Amino acid sequence: MSRDELLEFDEVVAAFDPVIGLEVHVELATLTKMFCACSTRFGAAPNSQVCPVCLGLPGSLPQVNGQAVESSIRIGLALGCSIATWCRFSRKNYFYPDMTKNYQVSQYDEPLCYDGSVEVDVDGELITVPIERAHMEEDAGKSVHVGSLTGRIEGAEYSLMDYNRGGVPLVEIVTKPVLGTGAGAPAVARAYVATLRDIVRALGVSDVRMEQGSLRCDANVSLMAKGTTTLGTRTETKNLNSLKSIEKAVRYEMCRQGAILAAGGRIKQETRHWHEDGSYTAAGRSKEEAEDYRYFPEPDLVPVAPSREWVEALRATIPAPPRERLAALREQWGFAEPEMRDVAAADAVDLVAATIAAGAAPQAARKWWMSELMRRANAAGLGLADLAITPAAVAQVQGLIDEGRLNDKVAREVIDAVLAGEGTPREIVDARGLAVILDTSALQAAVDAQIAGHPDVAERIRAGKTQAVGVLIGAVMKQLGGQADAASVRALILATLEG
Amino acid sequence: MSSLTSLTAARLAALIRTGEVSSEEVTRAHLDQIAAVDDRVHAFLHVDTDRALEVARRVDAKRRAGAPLGPLAGVPVAVKDLFAYVGAPTTCGSRMLENWCPPYNAAVTERVLAADMVILGKTNLDEFAMGSSTETSAFGPTHNPWDLARVPGGSGGGSAAALAALEAPVALGSDTGGSIRQPAAVTGTVGIKPTYGGVSRYGAVAMASSLDQPGPCARTVLDAALLHQVIGGYDPRDATSIDAPVPDVVAAAQSPDVAGMKIGVVKEFGGEGFEPGVERRFHEAVAALAGAGAEIVEVSCPYFPLALGAYYLIMPSEVSSNMARFDAMRYGRRVGDDGTRSVEDVMRASRGAGFGAEVKRRIILGTYALSSGYYDAYYGSAQKVRTLIIQDFRAAFSTVDVLMSPSTPTTAIRIGEPLTDLMAGYKADLCTIPSNLAGIPAGSFPAGLSDNGLPVGVQVMAPVLADDRVYRVGSALEALLEPRFAPLTKEAR
Repeated sequence: MSRDELLEFDEVVAAFDPVIGLEVHVELATLTKMFCACSTRFGAAPNSQVCPVCLGLPGSLPQVNGQAVESSIRIGLALGCSIATWCRFSRKNYFYPDMTKNYQVSQYDEPLCYDGSVEVDVDGELITVPIERAHMEEDAGKSVHVGSLTGRIEGAEYSLMDYNRGGVPLVEIVTKPVLGTGAGAPAVARAYVATLRDIVRALGVSDVRMEQGSLRCDANVSLMAKGTTTLGTRTETKNLNSLKSIEKAVRYEMCRQGAILAAGGRIKQETRHWHEDGSYTAAGRSKEEAEDYRYFPEPDLVPVAPSREWVEALRATIPAPPRERLAALREQWGFAEPEMRDVAAADAVDLVAATIAAGAAPQAARKWWMSELMRRANAAGLGLADLAITPAAVAQVQGLIDEGRLNDKVAREVIDAVLAGEGTPREIVDARGLAVILDTSALQAAVDAQIAGHPDVAERIRAGKTQAVGVLIGAVMKQLGGQADAASVRALILATLEG
Repeated sequence: MSSLTSLTAARLAALIRTGEVSSEEVTRAHLDQIAAVDDRVHAFLHVDTDRALEVARRVDAKRRAGAPLGPLAGVPVAVKDLFAYVGAPTTCGSRMLENWCPPYNAAVTERVLAADMVILGKTNLDEFAMGSSTETSAFGPTHNPWDLARVPGGSGGGSAAALAALEAPVALGSDTGGSIRQPAAVTGTVGIKPTYGGVSRYGAVAMASSLDQPGPCARTVLDAALLHQVIGGYDPRDATSIDAPVPDVVAAAQSPDVAGMKIGVVKEFGGEGFEPGVERRFHEAVAALAGAGAEIVEVSCPYFPLALGAYYLIMPSEVSSNMARFDAMRYGRRVGDDGTRSVEDVMRASRGAGFGAEVKRRIILGTYALSSGYYDAYYGSAQKVRTLIIQDFRAAFSTVDVLMSPSTPTTAIRIGEPLTDLMAGYKADLCTIPSNLAGIPAGSFPAGLSDNGLPVGVQVMAPVLADDRVYRVGSALEALLEPRFAPLTKEAR
């Protein structure tokens, strides 16, 4: 595949104003599907969670899942949306084997939630992203393409269908066009989705896990020549499986479209796919004509008319926005603003909170996640939450340090062993005999030996040059194979020399 | 015991309950009648002989053991072949579903089984209920027992013909634009379309979801009411089902008293296009009701003439979407899957081969009506007309208790006629369509014979959830007018 010409990002934002629009699908964590009583559990054997309704068998009829409506209203309220007093489902008609009825039950011109906004913190700057609507719909089944190298349909020998996901409730959240973000557009797109994810997670209505597909994002990007007010032709990029890929894809599309426009070309309105491996977008299968979904009100369902009492009762259950929660936690933990921002940006707030809850001091918990563990996650190309270590284990490591049983160096070894799956920190310390030497007589013997071996250094310390103690500490630690607590060694050396 | 087949369901149930006859004898008599006449009538697509006898014997055993029995226990029933019934094919009269056996029961199937009724088999229909003659069935037309060269109406011609030919005492139908009432009219039987939402649609293969309504077919008003009571009532699996008690239709069917009742005659349904014999029988029926003390007034429903046009936009729009699931991927007839073709090509080939001309015509019509750029002009306008028709009914029912009209403009037409004159076929539903658009209950009752010796039906329409009024007027008509039987029926008696 020939790669697209790209314009330098700086040149793009010098000549154009980017406009972004984001469509996020959130899979609701209801026990049952949108229109039937089948389980929504992720990872079950293919086609083991299906019934006549979600298989669209002739004669079957949908029934609305009240819990899904409630979760959708709560999402709408958390996004500051108005909740419709009366709205209907519509059928979106198109043929595809992952849709058992060859229409998707969705909402069209009467969404349940509309006109909201989300405050997004981008490097300390607050940006308001306007929300157009949040509506309910059912998910499609999953195609498994067999025989192609990429797992995509192109080149596949055949395809298998798994309808377990078919009919799982979705909420689609659509922003209005976001203008005026300039060079910040990619970061705003990323921060918006991260904020949305945090808001939905705090509601407890979805797992919002991008890698499992319970949060999916499509990014619309267009460019407007500086000084004009007409929106440019947009592209819609799909297959964005991480926050990072959202940012990169928006940036890529800006540079790709910039190159085309700068060369006097025209942007084709199309759906593009993000290719994570090569970090580029490519056009999807081009359609000769625009899709006409022939929406019309779903006659098998009655309108949804949430009472104002119900909506107000649900409003009372909406937790504070994540931004306010962060401010409260920062206060509680005594973090500096940049420290808290880093933790939030690294998606580590919940990990740090859980580590603190498991007994670690706030700063210790932050340091572990933001330095040692961050380094390891980056090296492995993983998110912090994906590391094979629990907040409880991190707290336990810190506990062992606080008890004086581990020093920082050995603690790092223990962390590596936990990540390698060798057990809990205590188990590893016991199994490997890694605990620092607490036996005072053994420590004293080593200290005495090194003082004797470095008479000149000992003399300088006695003369008041206490910074020279480092040399002796290093020597003692070396003799003990690192298995001593440096602070205890230092205290013991000084006490010995004074005595 | 062939005379068992000419008894009413109510009488059969009483005989079975007291042990004078067994359900097995009754069932066998009907199976024998099917064997004797159905090669000429072709009312059935599938006769479920073994299971019918087995169920009948089970009901008999239950009776002997003293277990409580429902009002129609042991009585055979024929089921239109668009209701899912586990263990038998549900074809909808289409090649597409020729061998499809549903893994679940329709709500009405479940309810007749729970009432200890005996399902004889599945009856013929226009393909996916799209037609007014039963001729669009992929498995050949059903013949009208009054004149085998004529159609029994449609789409539920199989159920109506089975009743007229004494192959079953009662049957299940479904009515989208007249599919229960119009066949009842042209076969001299009783057919009721209940209030929309009065009988669950769950498991009834959809034609046009906002119009479809399952209902009872019978030879007498009481039998229809008894079956209505068995199948009616709230079902949470159908979101459009009404959570309200079933109107007391059985009591109404036994109350032929119309004294003081105000009956409106729809002004718009008569004159040009109506067979004189049909109009004469209709006016005689109205006069008989007047003679029994009813007050008759003429009522104008100015938007009714637009109903047919609105119907032929709304119905195909829903059809185009409802038929989409038949893509041969998960069930149904698959054509052209030789391992080299794409999914789209196999879908196209299968739909091309599986659907008949009338189904395709409606899919194309509906797809067009819903297309962007045409939606407002077609589907949108049709919905506005639908609202105006609801308002016509509301205005009429503010002054009268029920409305009446002929059920159909003509008596049964000859086999072959509607297919050569499409509009004539569509116009067969002229009088029945408004009640589907408004969701109100309506029934067709026998009103004697036209000049050509063929049966005429008159229609009674009532407000939403006033199904009992339909039955009350029906039972009065039954008492006032001389009952007639099809020649094939006489032969069997």
